[in-house]
Amino acid sequence: MTQEVALDSEVQLQVEGISISFGGVQAIYNVSFQVRKGEIFSIIGPNGAGKTVTLNCINGLYKPNRGRILFQGQDITHWAPYKRAEAGLARTFQKIELFSGMTVLDNIRLGRHVHLSSGILAGSFYLGKTSREEIESRKFIEEEIIDLLEIEHIRHKVVGMLPYGLQKRVELARALALNPKLLLLDEPMAGLNLEEVEDMARFILDINEEERWRVTCILVEHDMGVVMDISDRVAVLNFGQKIADGKPSEVQQNPEVIRAYLGDVEDLYATRR
Amino acid sequence: MPHDAEAEIEITKDLTLPKLFLRMCRKYGSKKVAMREKEYGIWRPITWADYLENVKYLCLGMVALGLQRGDKVAMIGDNRPEGLFAEMAAMCAGGVGVWLFQDSLLEEVQYIVDHSDAKFLVGEGQEEVDKGLAIKERCPKLLKILWDDPKGMRSYDDPILMSLKEVQRLGKELEKQKPGLFEELVSQGQGEDVCLLFYTSGTTALPKGALLTHYNMLKMGQNLMRVDPCYPQDDFVSYLPFAWIGEQMMSISAGLQVGFTINFPEEPETAQENIREIGPQTMFAPPRIYEQMVRTVQVKHLDASWLKRQLHEWAMRTGYAWADCLFEKRPAPLLIRLKRLVAELLVFKKLKDHLGLSRIRHAYTGGAAMGPDHFRFFHAIGVNLKQIYGQTEIAGISVLHRDGDVKFDTVGRPLPETEVKVTEEDEIISKSPSVFLGYYKNPEATAKTLKDGWLYSGDTGFIDEDGHLVVFDRSKDIMVLSDGRKFSPQFLEARLKFSPYIKEAWVIGHKLPYMTAVICIDYATVGKWAEQKGIPYTSYPELSQKPQVYDLIVRPIMEVNRTLPPAARIQKFLNLYKELDADDEELTRTRKLRRAFVEERYKDIVQALYTDTETVHMDTSIKYEDGRVVPIKADMRILRVPQEGGK
Repeated sequence: MTQEVALDSEVQLQVEGISISFGGVQAIYNVSFQVRKGEIFSIIGPNGAGKTVTLNCINGLYKPNRGRILFQGQDITHWAPYKRAEAGLARTFQKIELFSGMTVLDNIRLGRHVHLSSGILAGSFYLGKTSREEIESRKFIEEEIIDLLEIEHIRHKVVGMLPYGLQKRVELARALALNPKLLLLDEPMAGLNLEEVEDMARFILDINEEERWRVTCILVEHDMGVVMDISDRVAVLNFGQKIADGKPSEVQQNPEVIRAYLGDVEDLYATRR
Repeated sequence: MPHDAEAEIEITKDLTLPKLFLRMCRKYGSKKVAMREKEYGIWRPITWADYLENVKYLCLGMVALGLQRGDKVAMIGDNRPEGLFAEMAAMCAGGVGVWLFQDSLLEEVQYIVDHSDAKFLVGEGQEEVDKGLAIKERCPKLLKILWDDPKGMRSYDDPILMSLKEVQRLGKELEKQKPGLFEELVSQGQGEDVCLLFYTSGTTALPKGALLTHYNMLKMGQNLMRVDPCYPQDDFVSYLPFAWIGEQMMSISAGLQVGFTINFPEEPETAQENIREIGPQTMFAPPRIYEQMVRTVQVKHLDASWLKRQLHEWAMRTGYAWADCLFEKRPAPLLIRLKRLVAELLVFKKLKDHLGLSRIRHAYTGGAAMGPDHFRFFHAIGVNLKQIYGQTEIAGISVLHRDGDVKFDTVGRPLPETEVKVTEEDEIISKSPSVFLGYYKNPEATAKTLKDGWLYSGDTGFIDEDGHLVVFDRSKDIMVLSDGRKFSPQFLEARLKFSPYIKEAWVIGHKLPYMTAVICIDYATVGKWAEQKGIPYTSYPELSQKPQVYDLIVRPIMEVNRTLPPAARIQKFLNLYKELDADDEELTRTRKLRRAFVEERYKDIVQALYTDTETVHMDTSIKYEDGRVVPIKADMRILRVPQEGGK
């Protein structure tokens, strides 16, 4: 497959011809794309096209049968998910995967855990390094994340009791606590109302553009309005294969894309599922 | 209570708020905390020295940008230290502060900024800046839009914008060129100078700008504290809009004189939680805040276990019995006192803690009528809630309950140096050192309101046998019932709102054969109730029209009806498909019902309530704060209230 986008910025993630099958089902076949540092890269496609599978391959939940994945020049294809997290890969899930019995703050702190390095002994006595680390991590969570995502009012609330829209925000907060370099967002808008969608889109832009963060984002999303508005580039999957990628305006006019959407399954401008 | 003569300052015609501010800063310096703001989860102190530093350079910066004596500075945003810095900075330069409600719509912002001739608009962050940029073409007198929160501001480059930090940097430069300029500017001020231009919310017409002087504001704080003194070690939580005179009276008039600590919540959503953390000694809020507290308690009560409910009910009965003795000014019998003590330990102490009222000495309510049921509730749990009466034009309040002399159907007795009378037409008029100068650019309205130094309020009332003022209602709102009797709709509405399920009520019946009501259900409480009963719903309009919800709402109406004379009883009601909202101009920004407006807007509903129909169709639109308009179609049911024999 040809790479039609000029490589003027550093490539952060390179997916090279990955394929994976489950039994007789070929979920994705020979998918390749590159994500450059600092962009918002969206993956779209009809239901069952293999979008979430692609994300799962990137963050290590699935191992592709063929192909490689390079993150910042390193081959991470065979790395365990937690190692990828340490390297700066974070994600949110289509269906919320929070610890519903814990508070918002505890959930976010958990995302920070990989960056804490003090041992049990130092931890139990709250010795020098531990306390420094704790204070730093508290400062990071409070000043950077909670303030950014405007969740001050729920920090001590138990996650399971919160409305869906806020839970989605908490999930994003936990992913940010990892201080990621690349953020995988699996349908962050699903199930949100109009106002919440607007808020979420703004948060994603903030994370992507704000000097402090500059996080590269890979977005899987059905809300075409949002995808076309905020993405730098879009890749389209259909039946496990990439059928197009490019700028939103180019992709929108691609006849194959239109066929994939309008031809059979879904309406291209179906903004709500 | 006798006031602390030592602490009282002498208010001369020469004294201004900035002069007092400088005096306080010199007195306390970095030894005392002037403000606290919760930020990033921690209460951060701002000493008087920090306060001075911020105000000084902000003031000089604005002067460098072209602010002159008498110029107006408009301000908008949530309560935060920078808001007070800007206000004080404007006053120090001899400028006049103009506050806007944080949630004002574009047209309101434009009207006030333009009408007040404001040179500067000080906003908080992106939202306010957007509003400012949208109106700048239509407000040619506006020189600069200032902001302080950088969040989301990365891509703004309009030259009219400037951050407060940048303004303060300019101030520092000016200070280097002209040392002592700040002190000189402050010393030029006179007590008779205008310091605030305060736009009244106006239930009928466009807002009017009331001109208040330093002397007005200072006298206000002094006379209030002659009745209920505050102390330097007190804490006050500032979370109600600065555009409301009550907040200015506490934060500026009283705050500067005593130097108590002003606390700012982290976010508007966390206010209740933050109040609990601070535990203020004094608070002043409109009835809706207290109504919300009662509702919270009522809802928690419904959720509690059987044992807790029983205990709570017993404690409330005891509390009411005790409070009734208090109202009747007779000593409570020993048994009630003992029971009250147990109730305090077991229930009220906790309850007050959760409401943030555990250290409260004086709680004031004013701005609108509060129902007697709410009032009794607070006294039952041991909160010294007092009614006040006042208006923007008198820099805050003129009448107040005294400790131990609280009657829930009155608003108390006049403040020191304040005279209150009732004219032959039953209109309440008052005179005090705090009466305003007049309305800005509106001599006709000034002439109507100010006559021989007397302030005409437009409220009807009388003075009772104990010398307490009783406020009946706004004169133009008073209803004449079918039997010719006069009646206050506010009173009835306040009673209805004691039900946790009713958020807003609008009573109709002026010169009509019978009384009716339009109810806005409380989405949170009714929604919760519906969930428990297994009643499915998806939205406010749908929930409001459920037959079960009508059955739920009819009960409190019948309850209230029972205590009313037959002609005042509500015969029919309907649940409105939406909540009344200030964005739709149905309420003022201080959440008072704009009766004339809703009567016009919902005339189909009013008509249907007085014909023999059982449903009414509405075809209208909802306006969002960002200007979007969404059309709405709804059918509403009208229910007849079963009538039974009264008491």
